Amino acid sequence: MIDIEHLSKKFGHSVAVNDISFSVGSGEVLGFLGPNGAGKSTTMKMITGFLAPSSGVIRVCEYDVSRQPLEVKRRIGYLPEGASSYGEMTPFQYLEFIARVRGLKGRHKAERKKEVIERLHLEKVLNQSIETLSKGFKKRVGLAQAILHDPEVLILDEPTDGLDPNQKHEVREFIESIASEKVIVISTHILDEVDAICSRAIIIDDGRILVDDTPDGLRSRSSSNRLDDVFREITRASLT
Amino acid sequence: MNNVITIFRRELGSYFATPVAYVFIVIFLIMSGALTFYLGHLYERGQADLNPFFQFHPWLYLFLVPAIAMRLWAEERKTGSIELLMTLPVSTGQAVVGKFLAAWVFIGIAVALTFPLWITVNYLGNPDNGVIFTAYLGSYLMAGGFLAIGACISAATRNQVIAFIITVVICFVFLLAGSPLVLNFFKAWIPQNIVDALSSLSFLTHYASIARGVIDVRDVIYFVSLIGCWLYANALVVDMKKTD
Ligand SMILES: Nc1ncnc2c1ncn2[C@@H]1O[C@H](COP(=O)(O)OP(=O)(O)OP(=O)(O)O)[C@@H](O)[C@H]1O
Ligand SMILES: [Mg+2]
Repeated sequence: MIDIEHLSKKFGHSVAVNDISFSVGSGEVLGFLGPNGAGKSTTMKMITGFLAPSSGVIRVCEYDVSRQPLEVKRRIGYLPEGASSYGEMTPFQYLEFIARVRGLKGRHKAERKKEVIERLHLEKVLNQSIETLSKGFKKRVGLAQAILHDPEVLILDEPTDGLDPNQKHEVREFIESIASEKVIVISTHILDEVDAICSRAIIIDDGRILVDDTPDGLRSRSSSNRLDDVFREITRASLT
Repeated sequence: MNNVITIFRRELGSYFATPVAYVFIVIFLIMSGALTFYLGHLYERGQADLNPFFQFHPWLYLFLVPAIAMRLWAEERKTGSIELLMTLPVSTGQAVVGKFLAAWVFIGIAVALTFPLWITVNYLGNPDNGVIFTAYLGSYLMAGGFLAIGACISAATRNQVIAFIITVVICFVFLLAGSPLVLNFFKAWIPQNIVDALSSLSFLTHYASIARGVIDVRDVIYFVSLIGCWLYANALVVDMKKTD
């Protein structure tokens, strides 16, 4: 449902994403790994239609992102890096705004809002302005916003970064529980997470795909059988 | 259309969620009152009209409207919320129009709150209320023109101070486009017919007749198309600069 062909992004003279191609199908949870500055967020911003690619094609649910951006945006739930939102709003107002923009109405809207508020345990902070929330709660509000319309495609940029261990666990469980009917791409620096929820992992560095494999396949690439070691070996090799 | 309304409501609500709204309205009312009575001598003139009041509107807007406009897009870019907005199923045009309308209605609220002045002149004498109504309309249209310029400039930078200063300068040029100050400056290095075209763009000329109570369709068309052009440019600038 996500097809990416020869995607590149240049910022001035520097190349952030360099000719990458991959597809993700329904039921897959793709973990996007790579060192800082590898190009993970940039790729996600292009999939969600925020950044225009320098070259290449992205199709989401058969729609070309550059030709029919609104069709694509309707089908995607996106958690931006840093979970930026409107700070002066309360989570309650914010979710109401998102629900309206997403075209939810009446009973269905009320049910969806209730569901995400319960799932991400936002009850206590519903009427506090978002800018005064702790980092973890900001992230939870961002997640709630992303899943509010029950999208077919979820693009989550470091969804568990900043969450407490309980929340991390719950978010992982949540992702697992919906994974079978959806396309999910998450970026993360937590390699355990890849093991726990991803059915596939892509390691990129310097804008290029280095590895595209299952977590088990990845692990078998190192003698120690640990993902950390694999990550280090692969991304270090590309430095030299 | 629904999206425009949704964005409009969110924006308008956000003015009142922060002190911006109250500070703006209070300053606007104090300034317009002070200018009208002290510089405009509303009482001493002994005439029942609001000319001294409307005569200061362009100058009041010159500083207050850019102060409202500067945050429209610069703040979205600074906080990163533009990434959220632009990945929602909303077109850039809808976002531009929704934001503009919210700010315009907000300014409208501030302008409408000057109604005690209108009541006062009616209490003191028999003003021509038709003229006053037309002048309010013209003033509001002009505010829309200032605002559209400011919205576009605000999209070009993430720094609100820069947005404010550049907007004031551009508005100043538009305001005085017909005056010798600006014309002499341009005369030296651009052709006469462009200078003439420039002078016909002057806010003051178009506003002056409406403020006297004369609605000329050309003046209305002028302000409406000015707003349209700047908002169109606004959408282009947002698409170009949103990711920088
Ligand atoms: N707007 C921009 N202008 C210029 N360069 C940019 C811009 N956005 C990203 N870059 C560059 O593109 C490269 C990839 O950045 P990106 O944010 O995609 O990395 P990342 O893989 O998400 O890293 P992290 O793990 O730190 O989140 C970096 O070198 C970054 O400096
Ligand atoms: Mg990133």
